[in-house]
Amino acid sequence: MAKEFRLQDPGEGVHEAEIVEIDVAAGDQVEDGDVVFVVETDKAAVEIPAPFTGTVEEVRVEEDELVEVGDVLLTYTEEKAGGKEGEQPTGGEEGAEAEGPEEREGEEERGEDEEEAREEEEEEGEEEERKAGRAAAVPDDTPVPASPATRRLARELDVDLRQVPGSGPEGRVTSADVRDFAQEGPAEAEEAEEEAAVRKEEEGEREGAPEETRAREETGEEAPALPFRTLVKKPPTLPDFSRWGPVRREPLRRIRRSVARRMTMAWWEVPHVTHQEVADITKLERFRKEHEGAVEEGGGQLTLTVLVLKAAVASLKEHPRFNASLDVDAEELVLKDYYNLGLAVDTPEGLVVPVIRDVDGKSLAELSREIPRLVSRVREGEATQEDLQGGTFTLTNPGPLGGTSFTPIVRHPEVAILGMAAARMEPVMVGDLVEWEIEARLRLPLVLAFDHRVNDGADAARFMNTVVETLNDIDSLLLKI
Amino acid sequence: MVMGDVPLDTEVVVVGAGPGGYAAAFHAADLGLEVTLVSEEERLGGTCLLRGCIPSKTLLSLADLLHSAREAAAKGIRFGEPELDLEQIRDWKGKAVDRLTGGLDRLAEDRSVRVVRGRARFAGPRELHVHGEEEVEVTFEHAILAVGSRPVPLPPMEFGEGVWSSADALELPEIPDSLLVVGGGYVGLELGCVYASLGSQVTLAEMEDRLLPAADSDLVKPLAQRTEDLFQAVHLEASVEGMEETEEGLRVSFATAGGRDEPPEDGTFRRVLLAVGRKPDTRELGLDDAGVELDEDGFVVVDAERRTTADTILAVGDATGEPLLAHKAIQEGRVAAEVVAGEPAAFDARAVPAVVYTDPEIAWCGLTEREAEEEGREVRVVRFPWQASGRAVSMGEGEGFTKLILDPDTERVLGMGVTGPQAEALIAEGALAMEMGAVARDLAFTIHPHPTLSETVQEAAEQALDRATHV
Repeated sequence: MAKEFRLQDPGEGVHEAEIVEIDVAAGDQVEDGDVVFVVETDKAAVEIPAPFTGTVEEVRVEEDELVEVGDVLLTYTEEKAGGKEGEQPTGGEEGAEAEGPEEREGEEERGEDEEEAREEEEEEGEEEERKAGRAAAVPDDTPVPASPATRRLARELDVDLRQVPGSGPEGRVTSADVRDFAQEGPAEAEEAEEEAAVRKEEEGEREGAPEETRAREETGEEAPALPFRTLVKKPPTLPDFSRWGPVRREPLRRIRRSVARRMTMAWWEVPHVTHQEVADITKLERFRKEHEGAVEEGGGQLTLTVLVLKAAVASLKEHPRFNASLDVDAEELVLKDYYNLGLAVDTPEGLVVPVIRDVDGKSLAELSREIPRLVSRVREGEATQEDLQGGTFTLTNPGPLGGTSFTPIVRHPEVAILGMAAARMEPVMVGDLVEWEIEARLRLPLVLAFDHRVNDGADAARFMNTVVETLNDIDSLLLKI
Repeated sequence: MVMGDVPLDTEVVVVGAGPGGYAAAFHAADLGLEVTLVSEEERLGGTCLLRGCIPSKTLLSLADLLHSAREAAAKGIRFGEPELDLEQIRDWKGKAVDRLTGGLDRLAEDRSVRVVRGRARFAGPRELHVHGEEEVEVTFEHAILAVGSRPVPLPPMEFGEGVWSSADALELPEIPDSLLVVGGGYVGLELGCVYASLGSQVTLAEMEDRLLPAADSDLVKPLAQRTEDLFQAVHLEASVEGMEETEEGLRVSFATAGGRDEPPEDGTFRRVLLAVGRKPDTRELGLDDAGVELDEDGFVVVDAERRTTADTILAVGDATGEPLLAHKAIQEGRVAAEVVAGEPAAFDARAVPAVVYTDPEIAWCGLTEREAEEEGREVRVVRFPWQASGRAVSMGEGEGFTKLILDPDTERVLGMGVTGPQAEALIAEGALAMEMGAVARDLAFTIHPHPTLSETVQEAAEQALDRATHV
């Protein structure tokens, strides 16, 4: 009997998703955990692993199709596993796992003399099996079996208990299940990706497929999902690089892929212009040095970034069209009366942009405490979806690594991003043509990349002037924050 | 702290000092918030401590004692006829209440919870006035409403003139030679038992076709039998039609309710106790001005986080709806405090136990058989009769039983009911089982001490496995 595999909420209360990638076709043999689809929600690209081992009967969706939670993605015939080990030397074990090893082990451990209890248990086991076929373990009308402490933890971690398969006795959802579920999304996806890549390579070698075909397939698969209304649907096929020398391939990891997708989309969607200016931060730096000790005692780090964030907010308030988004369909500008600033963070996995909420309402001391904590959470891979959402404008500071200038890419759907290059001591001429002298000043090159659909060069100059004036004059910064 | 006409600014103001209110206030203070508790009464504790749970249980313990002494004759110990010293009984009850309410004063002081005495009235979503000996104008960031409920009269009968509310009855002003209790819910039954034990001829009238309509009928049966002996008469499906004062007392005429053919005969009673229900004390609080919505019964509309329709105001306890029980209010109070403190708390209890302290006691929690039937939900019910419990028999209490209501597929515990002594304590295991998502086997495989009444829970669970040892 063919069973249906439906789209479950990939988390965070998502209701619909776009099919970005279909990795299986009718007749394909699939193992539990194999990635069968990649879907994109409004929040992230999510890989959908098969919760079964079996054969795909029919794929019911097409690429680029918008599907809702509960829609049938594909139908399949499940391979009966468990108890029949030996028939499938490779797939057997994993199959059994999908069906809940605890129930099965439980049966075997129980004494033979308790026939009745055993029968009941078997019924229950089957029930569990049926449920395991779906990601959500508990139907809507009954409470999820979980203790009050676990329920509270789920609220703390913003996890929908109904989505968490229970690993505890009798299908109970344990606190560990909730913690795993809160973190696992990425971890599982990454593992599956790695496995998939390894398998693909092995298959390629086994079947002796031409290098080029594989390259095409893979690049086709890894191509960023392009936004609507772009000309290029698929990037051109890559040549066979190995003709010119040895090559190695490595899969794009989750964050890398996400960066690739987002940047491609922003690059296509947003007509970028950059505007550059240099701020004199000599006085600001003295101020910072003077107070950093006190801030440090309060558990914070008063960095230049914190001060620039504040200056950016001061300018956003004066120039609200930079704290906005463009609604192309409605042909309207969405102006935001809140100031949640993204901060680009370099992590070992790639660029991640956590969002600092309500920057306008927070003191320098508060920001000095919050930012290092947020950054270290991000670097340790502990950032939540919540941490990464809701930004209105972004600040990026590769300055400490060097560079005199650069051109950042706007993080769509935001409409501008402010970049900080490396601050340097420079000789500056002060005075006029008649009377002048050279002073040593600390200067910070700034660059604003903006969406030309929303703002013009003159707007950008005005925005930047406010930022620079604010930074030049520490007193005005203090007045504005 | 001396209050004047000086305005008072506070982070959290809790209105009402009953279990919901003081639990919210103390917990909020423990979470580091600055708290003001507005108490309409001089003493803290609300209905529960001052004229509800605590005084009634104090009197019921005496009723128990009298009953045990009488029962003892059959077991070979004979006491003389008891002599009642009403004044001393009142004094003893008063001491129990004083001790507990005095404890609350200390607990508030330890936590630096500021107590303001008077009646609160909201002037807006961040402001309220307290009218007491002094007038205090309080501005707040958050308010937690815990204003409770009060007994409702039953027109044409009003309280006073020999017609008691539960609060009046608990004062124990006298032991009337005859008492009509109107209402067969837990208040009427408990107080009826108290007065019957102390010597009143008690008649009880209930509109429904049985006592304790909310409980499963099997749980009520042993109590119904007991009341036949203890009470002068129990009129079911009967309502009060009229009442007039006469020389001998209050002459009450009855009407039929439900399927009863003939109304009970008129009767004359020295006193009448009205125990037909309670209503939320939400009027004249200025809730309109604060933007707090009430439902058609006057209960404050709240969500699981205990937030009302006004952003700054939360509400807990009786004022927010059934069941009107102190332990529910306490839990809600704690949730509200945590929500105010920014924690992701919500009231999501799966079992709110109900206890009736009659003899025998009745307690239940979670799903009842009656509810399952109404919902058309299939359940498996297992019962363990106490005749088979060594402990129950050794106490001379073989009439009770313990039952579990289980999901027929998973055997998960959905509800529990007990009747018999100590039901009040036994029911907690059912509540824990439900909160933990336990199945019958969890209870069956947990060792319960022998011989105790708690074993009856284990034995009931074993029935689900068809292998109880003692049946």
